[in-house]
Amino acid sequence: MLQQYGLIGMLALIALAFPFVVVGFTWLIRPKRPDPIKNSTYECGLETIGETWVQFRAQYYLFALIFVVFDIEAMFLFPFAVAFKQLGLFAVIEALLFVAMLAMGLIYAWRKQALEWQ
Amino acid sequence: MDLSSIDLRAIGAWFHGLLISSGMSQTGIHVIEALVGALLLLIFGLTLVIFLIWLERKLAGRIQDRLGPNRVGPYGLLQTVADALKLLTKEDVTPLDADRVPYNLAPGLAVFHVIMALAVIPFSNRVIGADINVGVLYLMAVGAIGSMAALMAGWASNNKYALIGGFRVVAQLLSYEIPLVLAMIIPVMVSGTMRMNGLAVAQGSIFGFGWFVWTLPLAFLIFFVASLAEGERAPFDLLEAESEIVAGYNIEYSGMKFAWFFLAFFMNSWVLAAIGTTIFFGGWQGPFVDQLPALGVIYFLGKTMILFFVQAWVRATFPRLRIDQMMSFCWKFLVPMALVLFAAVAIILKLNLPQPLEAITLLVANVAILLTGVTLLGRTQRKALYAPKRAFTPTIPRL
Repeated sequence: MLQQYGLIGMLALIALAFPFVVVGFTWLIRPKRPDPIKNSTYECGLETIGETWVQFRAQYYLFALIFVVFDIEAMFLFPFAVAFKQLGLFAVIEALLFVAMLAMGLIYAWRKQALEWQ
Repeated sequence: MDLSSIDLRAIGAWFHGLLISSGMSQTGIHVIEALVGALLLLIFGLTLVIFLIWLERKLAGRIQDRLGPNRVGPYGLLQTVADALKLLTKEDVTPLDADRVPYNLAPGLAVFHVIMALAVIPFSNRVIGADINVGVLYLMAVGAIGSMAALMAGWASNNKYALIGGFRVVAQLLSYEIPLVLAMIIPVMVSGTMRMNGLAVAQGSIFGFGWFVWTLPLAFLIFFVASLAEGERAPFDLLEAESEIVAGYNIEYSGMKFAWFFLAFFMNSWVLAAIGTTIFFGGWQGPFVDQLPALGVIYFLGKTMILFFVQAWVRATFPRLRIDQMMSFCWKFLVPMALVLFAAVAIILKLNLPQPLEAITLLVANVAILLTGVTLLGRTQRKALYAPKRAFTPTIPRL
């Protein structure tokens, strides 16, 4: 088992290093002629006006919050799904109640118009 | 030569024997084997993507009544190689206002997450990078890095188009991860394992045709639609909508850094197709795969290519959605349907029905949930379509 993770660790090292090695290699062969116009922000030939790094809209936070809830739900459902065949009826009903509670959360968000894109 | 002796495992065993005979320590052997395996996966991925880009461009060309690439090499096969060489020698323009560290890190991370996903994909029985017992969970974990890379690129470029693209990445990739995960949980529940190879093994009944897609067609549909969105493909390619935000989060990238995003995009599509094949289409399962283990690789690659073809077909055919339509489709249609399907499958599996009856019940439940969902969707859409349209909504004073 540990051997399997050895391959993943090795692949992680290689996959992380490889793109940067290739970009480093192109640094050797590519032309380097920077000038202020070329290196300015691309905006269809116009000059950029105003700050770019603005705050995220509140709408995104709402979706992110719902996402976190459901992602954690998925984390809990994976062990349940793997052990499903050994589980008794009680555990299954419990898991279904868990899903139902989350579904209620989704319905609440729905009714509160949190899922409407304004 | 006897065909049945072609076994990719034999090559591995031969290599293992070679290392042992060279008198190395056990740890050294493990390190070298891991290194060779990782390099093989990396090389496979890079060669594959060269072919995939050509394939998709050619397909899109034919579907849209164009020729597609046909100048470099036979049938334009070397077009991608030429493109890669060109991008390798291009000047790398970094905008002066960019945040350098995340700007340079983002393309690397984008490639990292797709290459990492290759590790757990079973190409054939036992021909798999790492057959870990949390395979599906690992794929989710690695896949989440992709949205981070896109967000980093969008934010660090300090460009308004890129920033909007980055915002959309957050909204889209995070939202569609939920139906994707929920659809992947259902086969895990049926087979009782998260091991990717275990999922393929579990679909070996009926002469290698006991695929989960027959009993769980709705789970596959949800998975497929969500994988289109996760792969940033049309009709869900809002985050790089050319007509609105030019190219999305990778607008400020040039040269090799752009090439990495391009590679990650195609590879991601293929990886999603491979996951779909493994989980729903039996992976390497097929007739005579027990007698001829090498056939498994052919079956797997063939099925994955068919799924990739469907993705390219959809991309070349469908127009783009609006962001509000995309978000409501995910949260108001796919997620509730996936939750209902999860509950229904859990109940049906616990009824302890005899085998053919259980499969039929699962299929009936899938189709019934799909039809109900589509009917409800159609009804609300029609209501919205025929709702009286006023020039302005009169405000009724509240008493």
